[in-house]
Amino acid sequence: MDDIKAKIVDILKDVTGLDDAGQDADQDLFKDGVLDSMATVEVLVTLQDTFGITVPVSEFDRSQWSTVNKIAQQVQELE
Amino acid sequence: MNNITPYSSPHYFIYLLILLLPIIIGLWFGKRFKIYDFFATVVILITAFFGGNMKQGISLIFYILFEMVVIFTYRAYRKKYNNFWVFTLFVILAIVPLVFVKLDPLLNNATISLFGFMGISYLTFKSVEIVMESRDGVIKELKPFEFVRFLLFFPTITSGPIDRFKRFQKDVLNVPSRDEYVELLHSGVNKLMKGLLYKFIIGYFFGTLLLPKIEILTLSYRGQTPLGLSWALVAYMYVYSMYLFFDFAGYSLFAVAISNFMGIKTPMNFNAPFKSKNIKDFWNRWHMTLSFWFRDFIYMRLMFTIIKHKWFKSRVTIANLGYVTLFLIMGFWHGETWYYIVYGIFHALAMITNDAWLRLKKRHRKSIPSNKFTHAFAVFLTFNVVCFSFMIFSGILDKLWF
Repeated sequence: MDDIKAKIVDILKDVTGLDDAGQDADQDLFKDGVLDSMATVEVLVTLQDTFGITVPVSEFDRSQWSTVNKIAQQVQELE
Repeated sequence: MNNITPYSSPHYFIYLLILLLPIIIGLWFGKRFKIYDFFATVVILITAFFGGNMKQGISLIFYILFEMVVIFTYRAYRKKYNNFWVFTLFVILAIVPLVFVKLDPLLNNATISLFGFMGISYLTFKSVEIVMESRDGVIKELKPFEFVRFLLFFPTITSGPIDRFKRFQKDVLNVPSRDEYVELLHSGVNKLMKGLLYKFIIGYFFGTLLLPKIEILTLSYRGQTPLGLSWALVAYMYVYSMYLFFDFAGYSLFAVAISNFMGIKTPMNFNAPFKSKNIKDFWNRWHMTLSFWFRDFIYMRLMFTIIKHKWFKSRVTIANLGYVTLFLIMGFWHGETWYYIVYGIFHALAMITNDAWLRLKKRHRKSIPSNKFTHAFAVFLTFNVVCFSFMIFSGILDKLWF
């Protein structure tokens, strides 16, 4: 799980260009403006490539993908 | 008798609340009366669409039947196959009635809009959502009755807010506990009161009392000054913007309030949009259910496809292309006139500029100040950009120039 989270934080840093992105695993990434729609899609596509999962766009419920912890949980379920 | 536009006069609420009373009493005692809900829907639909010459009502029935055929045919197909082009075809089919209605003024042909009735756009958003989510397999089960109930949910039928099927089902299949329902009634009454203030007092002041006078003044400069520009036009811009917000936000509050009385948590449409700190922030606060619909079903999907297939490399190009597509579609959706299209392009350019600014700010984080004055300036600037766009949207320039 920690491995997944570390990878997610790396992806967030890459996509947003922010050094502190995802530092706090419970930070609301949408509310705090870390991720906009474009960045969200980039993160999703990268997650697909990195973990070999498929995220149907309409399954994508913001409230369930809003923090590093939640993303990690989703990835684990989809893996 | 004429068609009665929902929420258009204070009287409407008296009749509406009488009609809602059995539903409210039922929910208070933990019951939903399906048959009565259906009856209430029929009553509202009759008053809204079958007063006068029944043309709208017949269109509505045709429309519902048409969408049912489209959606249930696609769902039957989707059980076995999943071809992208077949999916695209069904999305187009679901939009066809709306396209006819929107093209109607352009073609000057009254016979073409067989489907013309108040609120067709909003029902089409819901129908398209169901086609798209059927493809993704998110909507597992859908009974014809559930589809009709979702589409014809009367508090939101004429102008939204645009709910989502799964969210709506969760509420409609559930009876709130007494505590939850008290909470819903409480928030419903609050929203109703705020809506009355917005629509019938503030909106009336700006829209009915001020706007017509300022319009006459603005148009009196036609041909008198270069492009007919005047300070009156500036005043028109602000007055129209205030009217647009208070009228529509007031209406939306009614729709959410009445939904709440029926135990349905219809999403809110506005969140203090004039406090937005930039144009992106604005679209997260203005007509939210529409902008989120566009975001989820057009922008994100388009971005997803482009990035996955690597059609373009630069993320800036991709994002900007997305904005232009999105806001052009939104412009065309509002209507086929030059000023709606220009309004769309204007907002696309504003989003692109905003993104460029945010990138610049990110690169020079240390040298660009950020404090409460810059914040106040950002809010002020956004407000004016937005009001300017509403001035385009209002069509006043069309009257002034052509």
